[in-house]
Amino acid sequence: MNTVVEKWKSYRIRSKTTKKPEKTEAFEVASQWQLMWWKFKKHKMAMFSAIVLILLYLSAIFCEFLSPKVPLERFSEYKNTPPQGIHFYSKETGFSLRPFVYDMKMTVDQKTFRRTFQEDKSKPYYIYFFVKGSEYKMWGLFNSDIHLFGTKDPNAPMFLAGTDDLGRDLLSRMLYGGRISLAFGILGIVLTLVLGLLLGGLSGYLGGFTDTVIQRTIDLLICIPTIPLWMALAAAMPRNWSALEIYFGMIIIFSIIGWTGLARVVRGKILSLREEDFTMAARLAGASDMRIVTKHLLPSFASYIIVSITLSIPATILGETALSFLGIGLMPPVVSWGVLLQDAQNLETLAYHPWLLWPASLIILTVLMFNFLGDGLRDAADPYK
Amino acid sequence: MSISEEILNVQSLKKYFVIKKGFLQRTAGYVKAVDDVNFYIREGETFGLVGESGCGKTTLGRCVLRAIEPSEGVTLFRDRDGKMKDLNGLDSKELRRFRRDIQLIFQDPYSSLNPRMTVENIVGEPLVCNGMASGEALRERVKELVEMVGLSSRHLERYPHAFSGGQRQRIGIARALATNPRFIVCDEAVSALDVSVQAQILNLLRDLQKRLGLSYLFISHDLGVIQHISDRVGVMYVGRMVETAKTDDLFKQPKHPYTEALLSAKPIPDPRKKAARIVLSGEVANPANPPSGCYFHPRCQYAQDVCRKKKPEWREVGPDHFVACHLADELTLQGAVKS
Amino acid sequence: MSVNIKKQSAGAGAANADVILEVKDLKVHFHLDEGKLKSVDGVNLTIRKGKTLGIVGESGCGKSVTSQALLRIVPHPGTVEGQILLKRGNTGNSETVDLVKLDDKGKEIRSIRGGEIAMIFQEPMKAFSPIHTVGDQIMEAILLHRTKDDSEARRIALETLQSVGMSNPVQRMNEFPHQLSGGMRQRAMIAMALASHPNILIADEPTTALDVTVQAQVLQLINELKEKTGTSVIFITHDLGVIAEMSDDVAVMYLGKVVEYTDVDTLFYGARHPYTKALFHSIPSVASRNKRLESIEGTVPFPMNLPEGCGFYSRCPRAEDGLCNVTEIPLFKVSENHYVRCLFAEEQNPGGVGNEH
Repeated sequence: MNTVVEKWKSYRIRSKTTKKPEKTEAFEVASQWQLMWWKFKKHKMAMFSAIVLILLYLSAIFCEFLSPKVPLERFSEYKNTPPQGIHFYSKETGFSLRPFVYDMKMTVDQKTFRRTFQEDKSKPYYIYFFVKGSEYKMWGLFNSDIHLFGTKDPNAPMFLAGTDDLGRDLLSRMLYGGRISLAFGILGIVLTLVLGLLLGGLSGYLGGFTDTVIQRTIDLLICIPTIPLWMALAAAMPRNWSALEIYFGMIIIFSIIGWTGLARVVRGKILSLREEDFTMAARLAGASDMRIVTKHLLPSFASYIIVSITLSIPATILGETALSFLGIGLMPPVVSWGVLLQDAQNLETLAYHPWLLWPASLIILTVLMFNFLGDGLRDAADPYK
Repeated sequence: MSISEEILNVQSLKKYFVIKKGFLQRTAGYVKAVDDVNFYIREGETFGLVGESGCGKTTLGRCVLRAIEPSEGVTLFRDRDGKMKDLNGLDSKELRRFRRDIQLIFQDPYSSLNPRMTVENIVGEPLVCNGMASGEALRERVKELVEMVGLSSRHLERYPHAFSGGQRQRIGIARALATNPRFIVCDEAVSALDVSVQAQILNLLRDLQKRLGLSYLFISHDLGVIQHISDRVGVMYVGRMVETAKTDDLFKQPKHPYTEALLSAKPIPDPRKKAARIVLSGEVANPANPPSGCYFHPRCQYAQDVCRKKKPEWREVGPDHFVACHLADELTLQGAVKS
Repeated sequence: MSVNIKKQSAGAGAANADVILEVKDLKVHFHLDEGKLKSVDGVNLTIRKGKTLGIVGESGCGKSVTSQALLRIVPHPGTVEGQILLKRGNTGNSETVDLVKLDDKGKEIRSIRGGEIAMIFQEPMKAFSPIHTVGDQIMEAILLHRTKDDSEARRIALETLQSVGMSNPVQRMNEFPHQLSGGMRQRAMIAMALASHPNILIADEPTTALDVTVQAQVLQLINELKEKTGTSVIFITHDLGVIAEMSDDVAVMYLGKVVEYTDVDTLFYGARHPYTKALFHSIPSVASRNKRLESIEGTVPFPMNLPEGCGFYSRCPRAEDGLCNVTEIPLFKVSENHYVRCLFAEEQNPGGVGNEH
């Protein structure tokens, strides 16, 4: 029964091209990456996720330009302002193509001293593209004050996602935080990749004593609960480190723990590929060990590594968030999604300032998208099945 | 037929796999996958090696290639200058030179080709690795090879997934021929193929042998294929060679009871002919714990006391006819039913 | 449930009374994104009581899918069309059921599967669950189809294991499938299939994975059991040697169609379809020593988006343009019990093994 099913499967990659002769040619000379791309394209959800992730990363790269304010700028009049609505219509001016926001007027309840904000319909602020605003240093390289959108008056209140308790624009902070958090995922994986490939590769290819040592180390590392281990390591970082040092310190902490999974994937793949006939054929052809590894083994499991990485990036991002949220990772004034969520730690926030939870939704979105993407990649990873 | 010189002479070849047990990996015993095997192959000849699964025929083939290191024994191979050299004594550099002369064709046409390489790269790999050709010369040689095995040069840029099983096997053959080998081990080279495709590949192997003067060690479990392609045949049972003879001699007058049983078990594609079948009782012996004396004695209907006690000698009972059986001179065994 | 049950009078024609399963115009199509894969395309077969029908063909010819269709276990997304008429019950009051019309998860088909029609596979490890003992699994089959009593089932299981030549059956009952050798596993699977006294045993390449000496044992066993119990056997294989040994009737399949259908002797001594003849010439044997084999050119096309006409057209030495590639070739009756799907069946010299010497 299985052979029939396998036949369709092999035919599935074939058939999509057999209908037209010129496309047959394309299939026959298609490399593994081409075949994977064809298969991946069929996975709608993964394609969608890939696009969302690209947008997220683009926004992180250009966050200075995209955000209307700078993240540390305080508007002391506007603490804990709820998100403003964007309007196109007002009674006074009628319909306007240019969107605008109303000023927020604070009232204090005399009994409870609770502050509430109401829209002040008398003061509309129109939103323009490419406005001059607060000055920032693009990628830390050159100064600029052009923002993608904003009000003409740089000090006008425009808080599309609200503000925090110091009166800082949450939208801008989320965009800046995205840069730190999303980059953390990528940078964390680079080191993980190096460690995982090296140690997993050695373990699989050399075998014997090396293998035993590395495997037992992995066993040891994965049986320690991660959160306490992170906390211990994070607590071991000197207090007087700068924000940047702490950032890279955390990346190292995550890689030291995170390489184990990848190393196992790599080792398993090498062990099974070493037994493949084509590896022996290469050896009999006189290929050196180096050639076998680089020409035969690496290309064969590269796609699996990509899948494994895609699925472990969100874990790293979540880890950073968790530590920062607990207050032992990144610290203010550094802005990351985890740091932003520190403000949402109490019931008061949930009750009165729910917009402070917005960063959480971004984290959820990122993690989901990475998982969907990983799913699609996993399906496409072996086009020869 | 004038008798040509031997190209390969294997003497007392052994391959014992160590069984390790327990936490400390103590040696608990040996699997005697290849146990004291002797045979020779002449230049331009096809030597068929037949046996049931687990009898060690594949291990033997790989030991001859030194793809697996044999534990003991001598594998004499005739160098191009006519001298016999022991392959097992070669260091890795010398071995590399000999590897050009000895190649392997695999059973599985799917796993033996790297799906991520084009036909051109697959077939050209041995040439590149041995520094035998590059650039335009490499391309020309690969083209020649591909056409030699019945594929077209149009196929060079394609990947293995574009080919059927038979075509893939042709690619594997082209790769094996790249370095101009003189001796090829065909390890179940046609077993995975359908009958009609199998016939194509058998024809191809035979044509190539005539054209290039190749010698084959042809390993198969299929008696029909062995009978068709071989000049001489060796039969293995639990790691030991039990009989070698010219194909006709072996199929007409086997001297070993196991050969007889094996021949009688083969279904005959003719409903009017029924084999007087010898149905063997019991199971194939475990090579980790083989019986005493002759390994076949628990299943042998002719077994006598001596068979249980003494390992039979490997001896010549006729021209080119060797057998390991105490009773070879006394027994008259039935051959295969002619189909 | 719309079940088509046709009552047949007890004293139907003698020739007809022999037939216990009749397959009429069976089609199994797989509807894939890329098109319709015609795995089995219009197959007619007749299974007679106590006889063996051999189905032979190369991989992808549809022989295995045919057998799956008989039990309605065609994998998704396959659809089954045509008629599979099974005669149920005793000879006294038999009724004919069309298996195609049954719900493939329904109660009735489940009582037929493993009950009246049992199947043995190429890979016995796939038929057994690795976590239950051989005895438990055989007893389960018996409890489903034969008896409700545990100790009775145990007795039958033991008896069956004995009858398939299991050494030490009492001990084997308590062993797990992986503890048995290949040949013993195959015997255990046959025991499980036979435990429910099936009328029809479908054997799908049951000896392909086995060594010749073990194959000989298993073939002999199936033949002995057939003699003893009067079970009909459908034997699927690619090996013409096994076909010669096992079959009474033979259907040669190519690309989802039966191309030649006759009794075993006629096939081996008077084959008329060019494909059948080519198959015989492809078998390596003594006769062909030192000769080139007459192989068939090219490979089997994939059964999707096939051109009109004879499926063998592209590889056939006798093919004629404008004749063979125009319309579907019907199955011609060459003589009594000999059907050939070829326009030139009559004018050709019959082939097979018989003509070579």
